[in-house]
Amino acid sequence: MNAFLASGPGQVLITLVETLLLLVPLLISVAYLTVAERKILGAIQLRKGPNVVGFWGLLQAFADALKMIMKEQIIPTGANRFLFVIAPMLTMVLALMAWAVIPVTDGWAISDINVGILYLFAISSLSVYGIIIAGWASNSKYAFLGALRSAAQMVSYEVSIGFVIVTVLLCAGTLNLTGIVRSQSTIWFVVPLFPMFIVYFVSALAETNRPPFDLAEGESEIVAGFLVEYSGISWGLFFLGEYANMILQAAMMTILFLGGWLPVFGLSFIPGPIWFIAKIIFVLFFFIWVRATFPRFRYDQLMRLGWKVFLPLSLFWLVLTAGVLVFMGWLPHSA
Amino acid sequence: MIAAIAFYVFAAVLIGSAALVVSSRNPVHSVLFLILAFFNAAGLFLLAGAEFLAMVLVIVYVGAVAVLFLFVVMMLDVNFDQMREGVQRYAPIGAAVGAVLFLELIVTVAGWQFVPNVTLHLASATPAGVTNTAALGHLIYTDYIFLFQAAGLILLVAMIGAIVLTHRERGASRRQNIGVQQARTMANTLEMMTVAIGAGSRQTGILRPLPPPARPLDDHDDHGHGGHDDGHGHDDHAHAGGH
Repeated sequence: MNAFLASGPGQVLITLVETLLLLVPLLISVAYLTVAERKILGAIQLRKGPNVVGFWGLLQAFADALKMIMKEQIIPTGANRFLFVIAPMLTMVLALMAWAVIPVTDGWAISDINVGILYLFAISSLSVYGIIIAGWASNSKYAFLGALRSAAQMVSYEVSIGFVIVTVLLCAGTLNLTGIVRSQSTIWFVVPLFPMFIVYFVSALAETNRPPFDLAEGESEIVAGFLVEYSGISWGLFFLGEYANMILQAAMMTILFLGGWLPVFGLSFIPGPIWFIAKIIFVLFFFIWVRATFPRFRYDQLMRLGWKVFLPLSLFWLVLTAGVLVFMGWLPHSA
Repeated sequence: MIAAIAFYVFAAVLIGSAALVVSSRNPVHSVLFLILAFFNAAGLFLLAGAEFLAMVLVIVYVGAVAVLFLFVVMMLDVNFDQMREGVQRYAPIGAAVGAVLFLELIVTVAGWQFVPNVTLHLASATPAGVTNTAALGHLIYTDYIFLFQAAGLILLVAMIGAIVLTHRERGASRRQNIGVQQARTMANTLEMMTVAIGAGSRQTGILRPLPPPARPLDDHDDHGHGGHDDGHGHDDHAHAGGH
């Protein structure tokens, strides 16, 4: 048995099992995140939220999924059929692909690669393609406007996300995600780099097209943007992709700033994955809280915030961090 | 074995999609095939052990440059069939130029001779036990820092040049000045007035905002909506009527 597991096909089998063990809980959490969001929004707006399907509304996610699968899927006559169908799949696949490098606890990453953070950055910068392709393939004015907005928005906020990541890398001295978490064993990066944490959080909202930056949908001005022509399960894939991306961004924030699986207050008897999940839930709560609190940004305000506030701020903080690290001799030398 | 299969798959898809970039009729499809080609090139980099280059290729070209390409191609209304009309006429010339370049390439590559043990003579070989990200960083930021900075400055100059050439000062545009807006206070914004019953706005002195000043005649800008309007801060005539 051990000989088989060490061989080539055995490795493939192990990877497949690991992938399933990661993706199945992830998809279930995506489903329950939708319920959690409606419950939290309900609580904030002094109403109950979904409470009919199942005990305390807990089966609502599966009722919604069933509804989306059963609904008719309409492909508009003028649409580019292939791209129209492939766009929601692309969104979902990209949201799941990134999890290959996420370390759930020390050594629990499916692929512990040296350039883990670059891989995550690359994959998250690709998620815009799902929206652009959907907007273009729909052959509809509103969908196209949504796609254009999304393209400009993603490119703008990626710049500041890049600088934030570089700042963290300067402090960690490695591109490996496990290494980044380990380097936070004395102090989480959220403490010395707090402004960068805020910049990253807001940029992550923009990157995932969440309110108050959901201009690609903007139902009050461009109906539902790139989602206009979608129905049934292809709409559902976009919907699930958005929530999977939220969880991914929360996981990235946990790894970069909140110390990944590291325990707080020396409570190390609680296993690492529980800490990791607890921190992700903490960040996700903020995502939902922001949605319930802030009105949608106007488009020029969005661009102004990205280019005139976050870009100079993150650039300044990057130079400051590098200067402090060099001056104090704190630069990690882990070549 | 798996690496060999992966190489041939990446290489075949790369060549196929590169061919489709130039041959597909729809420009948006061309850009999408270009993205597929970038992806497969990144896969080839990964197989060659250059994981940093692979990731940077995806981040820079696929994540940013190709998005802008797609943006522009989708926005432009270019009739590509019209552009293709000359293809028949110019194809022989293009093929001739291509053939000459290809021949030159063959002559060069065929005559290329490597020194024995060429890897030992590399100016900066990757040291053993160093990841290629660290090796690249050392090379660029330590050994060749001045050349790297010079390259950065050239790009900066190019960027400034592009902005200077394309930027137009639109004096007449209604730009929001957030500083002015936030500096407004009750005292210079609101005025409480007692309005007599039956009196019109002219008698009480409540006036509508003045129309924006007429634009100067030599201003050929079509996009402005006329008039400086920095945040409504100086609109002395806009009185809120007291209810």
